[in-house]
Amino acid sequence: MVRSLLIRGMIAGFLASLLAFGFAKIVGEPQVDRAIAFEEQMEQAKSGGHEHDAMPELVSRDVQAGIGLFTGVGVFGTAVGGLFALVFAFAYGRVGTLHARATSALMALFGFVAFALVPFLKYPPNPPAVGDPGTIGSRTALFFTMIGLSLAALAIALFLARRLAARIGVWNASLIAGVVFLAIVLLAQWLLPEVNEIPDQFSAVLLWRFRMASFGIQAILWASLGVLFGSLVERLLEDRHGALRIS
Amino acid sequence: MHASTTIAPTIQPVSIPVRELLPWAIFGSILMLIAIYFVGVEEGAAAVFNSMYVHEFVHDGRHLLGFPCH
Ligand SMILES: [Zn+2]
Repeated sequence: MVRSLLIRGMIAGFLASLLAFGFAKIVGEPQVDRAIAFEEQMEQAKSGGHEHDAMPELVSRDVQAGIGLFTGVGVFGTAVGGLFALVFAFAYGRVGTLHARATSALMALFGFVAFALVPFLKYPPNPPAVGDPGTIGSRTALFFTMIGLSLAALAIALFLARRLAARIGVWNASLIAGVVFLAIVLLAQWLLPEVNEIPDQFSAVLLWRFRMASFGIQAILWASLGVLFGSLVERLLEDRHGALRIS
Repeated sequence: MHASTTIAPTIQPVSIPVRELLPWAIFGSILMLIAIYFVGVEEGAAAVFNSMYVHEFVHDGRHLLGFPCH
């Protein structure tokens, strides 16, 4: 059963990543190209340049923007789908009486908020030319710390909602859990250091468009994962109901 | 085979026992996290290979998926 769920999760994740790739290619790539053009301009102006780009081109821009982007988004989507399926395997039947499709949709919403939206708000994605290569280590660590704290806040909120639901009802329990989640996340975002390494001359419009493209990719990925996975596993779990009823 | 795809509202979803779940959860999540590592981190802040090829190949995806890259 878990194996079938895992495989279906990876399939749903891959299919979702196809949609995300389409959006990334059409909406995201032009922004990346513009940012790289800006980066090259800056480098010519300085004529010094920093390591990351001073190196000879290892992979052509066409490959990066084509099969490279496809692979990156595809592997990420498939892996997120797999993790999603494993969490689903635990959540299913343990979140009240929610059925497969509703559980999947709700999980995708929570996953998007905790895994994508919260980190996005604290450490928004940056196009090429933004960011000091010297701080990549600490920025990566901060980014994953934010994701970890966000997931922890979600776990605490869900635990609380489950405990309170029996006593004060699902609605009130959900409200309190929501407030607790928000409070923990805001506290974490307030305590974690700020990162601002945007060059002075970098276009605000370009930065906004790049970040919105990135936001759209995540939104498409999670929304389609939630819907596709629910449809893919509904029948599988329903058969199991049948089998259990007979036995 | 599947004549009816509607679930009667009276049927309760049956959860999967943790004992059955755990080996898959460990095996699967390690595999998935390694995959995410190669898209999001490899040859950026850490490196298993040392050619920058992986980094450069998935470069655009890494930026657009929101991982710190440069
Ligand atoms: Zn980069």
